[in-house]
Amino acid sequence: MNIKTMHPLSSAETSKISTLARIAAGLLAVGLVFFFALPAAAQKTELKVGLVAFLSGPAAGPFGIPFRNGAEMVIGGINSGTLPAPYDTGKGIAGVKIVTIVIDEAGGSTKQVTEFRNLVQRQNVDLVVGYISSGDCLAIAPVADEMKVLTILADCGTPRIFEEASYKYVFRTRPHAAMDNISAARYLLDKVPGLRTYAGINQNYAWGQDSWRDFDAAMQALKPMTEATTEQFPKIFAGQYSSEISALMLSQADAVHSSLWGGDLESFIFQATARGLDKRTQLVLTASEPYMFRLGKRMPDGVIIGARGPYGVFAHDTPLNRWFRKNYVDRYATQPVYASYVVGQAFLALKQAIEAAHAANNGNWPSVDQIISAMEYMEFEAFGSTVSMSLGKGHQAVTEAAVGVFKFDVDANEATIQDIKYYAAECVNPPEGISSVDWINGGMQGAKCN
Amino acid sequence: MLTALAILIDGLVYSSWLFIVAVGLSLIFGVMKILNVAHGSLYAFGAYGAATMVGIYFDAGWAPLGSFAMLLLAALVMGAILGIVLERGLLRFVYGRDEVIIVLVTYAAFLILEDVIKLIWGVDPYYAAQLYGLLGMTEISLLVFSNYDLALIGLALFIGGSLWLAINRTRWGKLLLAVIHDREMSQAFGINVTRVYTVTFVLGAVLGALGGAFTAPMISVTPGIGVEVIILAFAVVVIGGMGSVPGAVIGSLIVGLSRAAAVHLLPEIELFVIYGVMSLVLIVRPQGLFGKTAEKRI
Repeated sequence: MNIKTMHPLSSAETSKISTLARIAAGLLAVGLVFFFALPAAAQKTELKVGLVAFLSGPAAGPFGIPFRNGAEMVIGGINSGTLPAPYDTGKGIAGVKIVTIVIDEAGGSTKQVTEFRNLVQRQNVDLVVGYISSGDCLAIAPVADEMKVLTILADCGTPRIFEEASYKYVFRTRPHAAMDNISAARYLLDKVPGLRTYAGINQNYAWGQDSWRDFDAAMQALKPMTEATTEQFPKIFAGQYSSEISALMLSQADAVHSSLWGGDLESFIFQATARGLDKRTQLVLTASEPYMFRLGKRMPDGVIIGARGPYGVFAHDTPLNRWFRKNYVDRYATQPVYASYVVGQAFLALKQAIEAAHAANNGNWPSVDQIISAMEYMEFEAFGSTVSMSLGKGHQAVTEAAVGVFKFDVDANEATIQDIKYYAAECVNPPEGISSVDWINGGMQGAKCN
Repeated sequence: MLTALAILIDGLVYSSWLFIVAVGLSLIFGVMKILNVAHGSLYAFGAYGAATMVGIYFDAGWAPLGSFAMLLLAALVMGAILGIVLERGLLRFVYGRDEVIIVLVTYAAFLILEDVIKLIWGVDPYYAAQLYGLLGMTEISLLVFSNYDLALIGLALFIGGSLWLAINRTRWGKLLLAVIHDREMSQAFGINVTRVYTVTFVLGAVLGALGGAFTAPMISVTPGIGVEVIILAFAVVVIGGMGSVPGAVIGSLIVGLSRAAAVHLLPEIELFVIYGVMSLVLIVRPQGLFGKTAEKRI
């Protein structure tokens, strides 16, 4: 029986084993290096943001393109670290560069929900910023919560988002639309103290109906003896307002309120001024600031104008605003309008919240929950004024409101705003826990005005 | 009393505008049996063309009243170019196919042309409003009307009358009626049906562009204006009877006056009233008010 004697390994075998051992040790060492170096290697290199705005359709010109331009410019400022104080904290957000995937908001809310899912599941974005249409915001908010994706609603106006529901992953960094109409009513009554009657022309969908409802209720709350003479609700994108203008003339109202926007607003202005409506009544156009530079002298003098917040010509003269305006005009050769401001505001909110969460997390990239905690009830400086995330359990912003009167300066050949009045946020926004409609109908109890 | 007068004048102004916009759609359907969804694009091209040419005209500092000629010129140029391109380049390949296929083809053309508009003019608005106030105003008690709006009534009468004369009193009109009556028989008698089709389509296209060109001074010319118009024009031709010019007149009057009455008396139903009237007519006369037989069309 040939029994193979067990004997010590030959030198060749020893050599093989030592080679294997060396390889294993090497691999282990490399593995350990990778293991311990993991936090460093996993450091975020870029923040992938889905940016959604109207790039086609009637809302692209007045809102979508200025919105995208504002976002591009502010992201450029953040990435290059050139923003003024208090955002002069280095390049990017906590050193991480923002990259965007831009999506067209046109096509309706069903399409937008699909696009949102694509952004999250296929493009793997870290968060989504955008949405101009209230309908899209209402559709996206529950989906964002379901998918647990941080989503900043940057522009839409409907108060219903946080008044009728509560969301963890959704924030709106601009005020909702109730304050536009409350401030317009306050301004109108200050400007025309003897006002007895008013009328309205608003588009026949949620935006127009809600705007009129809030304005009408605010007028009744502030001066109950006034009366609405006619309420016109033309179809959105109707373009033809001949009959409505006749009805407004026959109603002989002291003032006419309108939240028309885009081509509808411009068409209404052309048709109303050609028939002298602006000479017979005080026009109050709550969303008309984006058009004043485009229309120039075609916009009638004396019209009460709003910008849905302290944006555009209503923005305070601060270093932050000077940086914003100068860079925007240099880059796009036109004045920034409120859509440009509000999207810039959204990215400032992100920079402040993420950097605060990053610092609290010992310099490591924070989790989504940590970012959410930092953003809730946050207060931050924006290009227009100070923003407080004080409604909707810390998810809905409020700011002061601003209203003024349009005047075309013939000598300077420039559109200007005069008699600007600012209303404190507490004067034109409901307190936490009560809906805008209930607050206005209840006489705006507790409003703290300047 | 003043309200009744306002309803009448507003209704006539709106009806005239509707007729100018819809008559081309009705003409093309009457002769070619094509529901041309791209009619909305022809309207939009007419409006963009007019706004551009009026802008150039005013920039040149020429006599303001001459700018009205720019509206006509824009409609002719835009309508003729697009009409020929669409008919010769696209539709002639689908003649004889199912009507639904042809509707889909014109819908595809509409979508393409909407993007072409954005390629050429971008998304910012264009204006021709300098021209809107040139004719002044007419004041009747509390009401003030723009004379441009009132002039639309005259333009609609001129277009309707010219079309009626052309169809009923000219050789071309007789050929057209023969083709409408029986295309194959007309061809057998030596009528160049292909040419009749091309001429009709180009005429319909020019009318569509004319609607856009004369609307341009009243509105902000923005992307998407063609979408709204095609729906309204469709409602008008359905009420009047597909392919009937007198039907387009009656359809425009019914829609215009009902809408004006709703705006003045019950603004809440303004959106509903146009389609409410359309539904009522279709319940009573599914072929539309003037849509009796092929012989009666046009």
